[in-house]
Amino acid sequence: MELKDIIKEENKVYSKPELLDDVHMHYCPGCSHGVVHKLIAEVVAEMGLTEKTVGISPVGCAVFAYNYIDVDWVEAAHGRAPAVATAISRLWPEDVVFTYQGDGDMAAIGTAETIHAANRGENIVMIFINNAIYGMTGGQMAPTTLIGQKTATTPYGRRVDLNGHPLEITDILATLPGTCYVTRQAVHTPAGARKTKAAIKKAFENALTKKGTSVVEVVSTCNSGWKLSPVKANEWMEENMFKHYPLGDLKVD
Amino acid sequence: MKGNEAVAHAAIRYGCDGYFGYPITPQSEVLETLEALMPWETTGMVVLQAESEVAAINMVYGGAASGKAVMTSSSSPGISLKQEGISYMAGAFLPALILNVMRGGPGLGTIQPSQADYFQATKGGGHGDYHLIVLAPSSVQEMVDFVGLGFDLAFKYRVPSMILADGIVGQMMEKVVLPPFRPRRTDEEIRKQCPWATNGRTGKRKRNVVTSLELESSRMEEVNHRLQECYREIEKAETRCEEIDTDDADYLIVAFGSIARICAKAMELAREKGIKVGILRPITLWPFPKEAVRKAADGKKGILCVELNAGQMIEDVRLAIHDCIPVEHYGRLGGIIPSPTEIVEALENKIIEK
Repeated sequence: MELKDIIKEENKVYSKPELLDDVHMHYCPGCSHGVVHKLIAEVVAEMGLTEKTVGISPVGCAVFAYNYIDVDWVEAAHGRAPAVATAISRLWPEDVVFTYQGDGDMAAIGTAETIHAANRGENIVMIFINNAIYGMTGGQMAPTTLIGQKTATTPYGRRVDLNGHPLEITDILATLPGTCYVTRQAVHTPAGARKTKAAIKKAFENALTKKGTSVVEVVSTCNSGWKLSPVKANEWMEENMFKHYPLGDLKVD
Repeated sequence: MKGNEAVAHAAIRYGCDGYFGYPITPQSEVLETLEALMPWETTGMVVLQAESEVAAINMVYGGAASGKAVMTSSSSPGISLKQEGISYMAGAFLPALILNVMRGGPGLGTIQPSQADYFQATKGGGHGDYHLIVLAPSSVQEMVDFVGLGFDLAFKYRVPSMILADGIVGQMMEKVVLPPFRPRRTDEEIRKQCPWATNGRTGKRKRNVVTSLELESSRMEEVNHRLQECYREIEKAETRCEEIDTDDADYLIVAFGSIARICAKAMELAREKGIKVGILRPITLWPFPKEAVRKAADGKKGILCVELNAGQMIEDVRLAIHDCIPVEHYGRLGGIIPSPTEIVEALENKIIEK
C-alpha cells in the first residue's frame, strides 16, 4: 500500500481545527495553553459560533491568543477582561463573549472585575488558566501559588506568614448567585482534554441561552516557570496542584 | 436643568449605545438621571453602574472596541483611575466620550469646583504619547452640545474625546435646548461605519483584533506615527475658541469653562473703568487655539490667564505667543471661585501697573 492510498478522507482520524491558525505559537513546549486554545477553536466551530464569538485576551502568557484562534478579539488591560466582556456582551446580546485569563489576571489584579462580573451574572464565559505562577514575566509568585512552592519572588517557597494563602477564586465564584456553571478541569491527559472540551462547550451553551456566568478553570502546567520537563510538570501537577485544586464541577445549575 | 442632568438627556438623544459609570461627587447626577430615565426601555441604550471607575472605563474600552457609541463620566479622582483605560483606548484607536466634572485636588481634595486637571486632560494623562480631543463647556447648553460634538469628533478621528467641565457647569441650572432624538445606529450601520470593530466575524470576514500591543519596535513606531499624523489633522481642522471684544482691546483675558463667564463680567467692570479688555475663551483645550491666541495677542499690552488652578493653561498661552508680551496668571484654588472685582484687581496689579 502506498502513502496516497492511506491519505483519504475516510481514513482521517484527526485534523487541525479550522479556527486554529497555522502559525507558530509562542508558548513553551509542554504548556497547557496550546491544548486549551485548540479546544476553544473546536467548540466555537462545532457550535457554529464563528461569526458570533468575541474573545477577550488578558495580559500574561495568553496576551497573543488573538494570533491563534480565528475569531474577533479584544486585548484587555491586565485584569480587566471581565469588564471589557461585560460591555460587549450587553451591547451585542446575540454574541457569545469569553474571557481567557491567567491566575494573575483573574485572581490578583482583576479580582474585583472577575467577582463583580460573575456576581452580576453577565452572560459570558470565563476560561481560567491556573498554573500557579506568572509565566510571562519570568516565574514570579501568583495568587494561586501553593504553600512551599518556589518561584522567582518566593525563592525559598511560599510562606503563609509572608505571602498569605493561595486564593481559591473559583471556589469563591461558585458561591455567587450570578454564576450558573463553575468547573475545574485539566488537560494533562487525553481524557482530561475531552472533559475540558465538554466543559467549555457547556459554558458556551450557557452563554448562548443566557443562563449567567460560566467559569471553566483549567489547572495547568508551566514547565518553564516550574523548571521541570513537560512530563515531570504533569506529575508535579497531579501530586501537588490537584490536592489543593481538586478537579470536578463546583456548581452546575 | 442641571449640567449633569443635561448630559444624560443629551446622550440618550444623541443615540448613545451605552453609559458605564461609578458615583462620585459632583457628577453623580449623570448616572442617576440615566437610571431614572430608563433609556433601555426606549432607545435600547445600556446603562450600567460599574464596581469601580477602573471597571467602568474598561467597559467603555470594550464597548468602543465593538463599534458602539459609549461613554463614561466621573470627577477628578475617578478620572485619575481611568487613565490606564484611556491610554489603552488612545493606543487602540478607539472612539469614546469621557466627561470629567472637575473638583479640587490633589488627592481626595474637595468636592468644590476646580480646573486643576487641565494638564492631565490636555497633555495625555495616562502613559504614552497621546492626546484626547478636549472640549471645555462654559454653560449647560454647551454640556449638551458637546456630547454630540464629542462623539462626532471621536468617531471622525477614532480618538477618545473628553468634555472637561468643572463642578460649576455640572451643578448649575440653566435653560437648555435639547437636540432632537436621533435613532441609535443599527448593527448593520455600525458594521459598515466601523469595519475594524470586534462584534463577531459576520459574513466570514477576516477577524478583527483590537489591541494596543506591538512588540516589534519598528511597527510600534509606525503606530505612534499614525497617531501623531491623526493629531496633526485634528489640530488643523478642529481647533475652536470664542472671542469677545478682542479687536479694540488693550488687554486680553484668556479663560476657559465657567470661569470665562465670570471674566465676561470682569470685562464689563473694567471697561466701565476705561480699561479696554477682551476675552479669548478656548473651547478646545486640545488642540489648543494657538493661532487664535497669537492673533488676538497682537498689539495687546498684556494677557491675564484666569484659571481655577495654580497656572496650567498659561503654559500653552505663553508657548503660543512665545512670551512676546507679558502673560500673568490669576487663579483661586481649593474650590474658591473668584469674583469679577477680584479679576479686575488682578489685571490692574499684575499687568497694568507692572
